[in-house]
Amino acid sequence: MNIDFIQKYAPLYVQAAKLTVVIGVIGTVLAAAVGLLCALAKYFKIPVARQIASVYIELSRNTPLIVQLFFLYFGLPKAGIRLSSEACGVIGLAFLGGSYMAESFLSGLKSVGKIQLESAESLGMKRGQLMRYIVVPQAAAVSVPSVCANVIFLLKETSVFSAVSLADLMYVAKDLIGMYYNTGEALLMLVAAYLIIILPISVLFSVLERRLKRARN
Amino acid sequence: MGNNFLRLLSGLWVTVRISLISIAFSLVLGTLLGAVMTSKNKVVKVICRVYLEIVRIMPQLVWLFIVFFGVTRLTGANFGGETSAVIVFTIWGAAEMGDLVRGAFQAIPKHQFESSLSLGLTKPQMYLNIIFPQALRNLLPNVINLATRMIKTTALVSIIGITEVLKVGKQIIDANRFEFPNAAIWVYAAIFFMYFLICFPLSMISRAIVKKQQRSE
Repeated sequence: MNIDFIQKYAPLYVQAAKLTVVIGVIGTVLAAAVGLLCALAKYFKIPVARQIASVYIELSRNTPLIVQLFFLYFGLPKAGIRLSSEACGVIGLAFLGGSYMAESFLSGLKSVGKIQLESAESLGMKRGQLMRYIVVPQAAAVSVPSVCANVIFLLKETSVFSAVSLADLMYVAKDLIGMYYNTGEALLMLVAAYLIIILPISVLFSVLERRLKRARN
Repeated sequence: MGNNFLRLLSGLWVTVRISLISIAFSLVLGTLLGAVMTSKNKVVKVICRVYLEIVRIMPQLVWLFIVFFGVTRLTGANFGGETSAVIVFTIWGAAEMGDLVRGAFQAIPKHQFESSLSLGLTKPQMYLNIIFPQALRNLLPNVINLATRMIKTTALVSIIGITEVLKVGKQIIDANRFEFPNAAIWVYAAIFFMYFLICFPLSMISRAIVKKQQRSE
């Protein structure tokens, strides 16, 4: 193990980790927004929007992120749409994550029984009130575990970004391996960087889930 | 044109072959691991749990790098790209499969075990006739989903230098750069739909099984 090498190149990893986190967070938030729209379109059975959402969900769920990114980064410029690596990363992550988020939200919304909706209506609640006081609080509690799992999944998927020449953690590691052949050190820092990003989130989420479970029982 | 399409298909076969081999290994090893995971021994349980979490916390691409670059460097054992990919996806798939098997067994109510024994069935009879059929029913849709996940994840292997569908696509684009400057968009769209055509039917089958089970319950 070469400590000097680690000290010298650790800043590169810090920089790359920042990029990974920023793009991961923006992509995840956008994915949640896309997912929410799709879930609502399907839940309220809005014509046209609902069919579009279904097609989109199938396309996004059944293809790998790297292929989606290649299409965005290498394919679209030929159609006159030129995107930067960063934009590709964010759009790709939102495209992939949107469908996963949609399924999570939808299963939450659907978990609220028909009896509850009917009782709320017969109590004279308007649609907005019904959503606000009855559906959303219960749906949110049901969705949380799978939304958390999606967030971690999406953060892990950011590792693919190096394929569209985004200078993320994988990119730095591959560069260092190729240039200096210090494979052990480069990989060690790579693993450490991902652990530092993902482990705290994963622990936080499992605490959150346990709390929710206790609250529900 | 037809020739290029065949070349893409042969590239696709490389990833599909890697995923099929890994899925086959994962099914066998994962089932064994799942059986071990249901053990009541605390130490065994903790070891299995730690294995699962370690595999899960890292992006699969990081694991590919560790095996492809790191293990070779550390031990001198020289794995080719495909071997590395199969090793990584088997280690990952077996962990996920083990967790699914464990979940399927633990979802079976205790009274099923107790009533079969009190009816005078021997243990092998109980497992063969009562437990396995029920566990298998819970397991099947999840296993199909895992298989689609593995097929999608094998798209990553182009990054460690395996000539699979994305690489072949790039070769085709480069070879026809002057005659068809816009080939990229069509080639990557074709690859996108190839993955879709593999994974979408699998997702549909898994969903159909779940629906059928829900109706029969």
